[in-house]
Amino acid sequence: MDSPLMIIIEASESKSRRAFGDGKSDSAQIMKKYYKLTILIMAILLVGLILGSVALGRFPISVKELFGILGSKFFRIRPFWTPSQESLLLYSRLPRILMAVLVGCSLSTAGASYQGVFQNPMAAPDLLGASSGAAFGAALAILLNLGNTFTMIFAFIFGIITVLIVVLIGNSIRGKRALSFILAGIMVSSLASSGVSFIKLVADPTDQLPAITYWLMGSLNGIMPRDLLFAVIPMAIGLIALLLLRWRINILTLGDEEARTIGVNTKALRIIVIAAATLVTSACVAVSGIIGWVGLVIPHIARKVVGDDYKKLLPASMLMGSFFLLVVDDLSRCLFTNEIPIGILTSLVGAPFFIYLIVKDGNRS
Amino acid sequence: MSLKIDNIYFSYKNHPVLKGVSFEAGKGELISVLGPNGVGKSTLFKCILGLLKPEQGDVIINGTSLKEMTPAMLAREIAYIPQFHNPVFSYTVFDMVLMGTTAQMSKLSVPKEEQMKYAEEALKILDIYHLKDRNYANISGGERQMTLIARAIAQQAKILIMDEPSASLDFGNKIRLMKTVRTLTNNGYTVIQSTHDPEQACFYSSKILAMYDGQNLAFGRPPDIIDSRLISKLYGMDIDVINLDRQVISCVPKDLHRMNKELSWLTPKFPETEETIQNLSE
Repeated sequence: MDSPLMIIIEASESKSRRAFGDGKSDSAQIMKKYYKLTILIMAILLVGLILGSVALGRFPISVKELFGILGSKFFRIRPFWTPSQESLLLYSRLPRILMAVLVGCSLSTAGASYQGVFQNPMAAPDLLGASSGAAFGAALAILLNLGNTFTMIFAFIFGIITVLIVVLIGNSIRGKRALSFILAGIMVSSLASSGVSFIKLVADPTDQLPAITYWLMGSLNGIMPRDLLFAVIPMAIGLIALLLLRWRINILTLGDEEARTIGVNTKALRIIVIAAATLVTSACVAVSGIIGWVGLVIPHIARKVVGDDYKKLLPASMLMGSFFLLVVDDLSRCLFTNEIPIGILTSLVGAPFFIYLIVKDGNRS
Repeated sequence: MSLKIDNIYFSYKNHPVLKGVSFEAGKGELISVLGPNGVGKSTLFKCILGLLKPEQGDVIINGTSLKEMTPAMLAREIAYIPQFHNPVFSYTVFDMVLMGTTAQMSKLSVPKEEQMKYAEEALKILDIYHLKDRNYANISGGERQMTLIARAIAQQAKILIMDEPSASLDFGNKIRLMKTVRTLTNNGYTVIQSTHDPEQACFYSSKILAMYDGQNLAFGRPPDIIDSRLISKLYGMDIDVINLDRQVISCVPKDLHRMNKELSWLTPKFPETEETIQNLSE
């Protein structure tokens, strides 16, 4: 007997099943099958975008001039460019482009790793308070008038200290480890946020308060080569560690007990992955301020393209994150004469897109 | 191959759960652990798997104490097959099985050809090779349970621990599962399972461990230990165990059994036969 209710239930079931995977569209299946080709195409697109981004801006620099200027550092090439073009490229545009690539890559990799460690597809790199801790550190440095370099160092160190506190608290809570970490993260983050609010309250409203507010919005404006040097070491260490451990993150997603019976020392692995992800996140936040949504949205899209296997997911997240953040940063510096902080744009693009994904495919958790 | 559980004690905080459990398992054995809810079957398994540290006693695998083994070493000896579940992320059946090979690789590498071969072999042994590229989240419960067994086989461990493997399976899948388990034991695997079904345990197992109040109530071959008194004591109610064949029993509640005239000719299996006949004639 097919009552109308049963038909509705059946229809909704088959619909939700289609949203789950098996009935995934053919293109997604093909992309999964040709993983190496997908990665290659992504890499080519990224390189193309980097070259294109160099040309973008108020003062044009062509790709030919880019290679000329770079080449002149190693070979004798007669300059066919102006000295102002050269300094603009080397001290402003190129560092900024590379930083956008690095930050995008790092945030999405950290986000994907956190999602695995906490068995939660909604986890983001600031889940354990790396961002709010860094915000507190930066606000403190601005309040104390310590200058740009110390703002960066303070942000980096406070981001790491915050996560360290969270892990220590999480470890001393009985029960499910992943959940304890998340609870401790929520608590310590809100402590750090109240600290930021307090600093804003006592900060000088003519110069310090706007500086703090601008920093919190997140921006890649005014990135110097030395900022790049500062950030690249912790990022490289963290990213390489995560790449090497990418298969084992899969095992962590099965939960503690199952993972341990498969032969993985979950406690050590979880701490190493958290440490590596925190290192890259803190380095990102230190140089660019708080850039939201990248670490949540990009891994989500990467999951749609290559699947949930971290062996494939991490490389795909890295390339897609770099691509995404570079596009958004190009928009942020070229869209209007006055630059829009990139943090605003990532939320503006990220949040609606995320809602679209959820509505279209359903929530798999 | 030998597994020896030697007088294990364990308590959660001040609540003692295991109060001296011992048994041994040899190659090719299927041991079923029977006992009421909360008697400590899962706790016992967690102690064997190294997830919990017993307060007293030891688990000895091939002559080596569990205390001296790293998680990776242990994983090469014992595999755990949980009840099938809904994973947070969606992996293919092949990836799920491939995860079992992790203990064989160096810590910083991804699975190589060799591991892929182990995983494929395991899929073939369990006869689910055709599911290879399916999404684990979308296959049936029975197929998921088979996938988890394949993962344990790919792990290359010879002792398999199964926590109520047939609990949420339908009648046909239960039988399919137990047939698979028997095929594995015939090929030299040792399987230890917990179950709430005495009839099934009696039919398939080589030995049964009956746990009561955190202790061994009985341990031995099914025909030697299963009778009305044991089952009645285990589950706290009067049960008639009727012997239909050597390892085929039927457990029926005593009051219902006696009420049903047509069934009453079936003699329950009691430990003291004479007493039984007396009781019946009253």
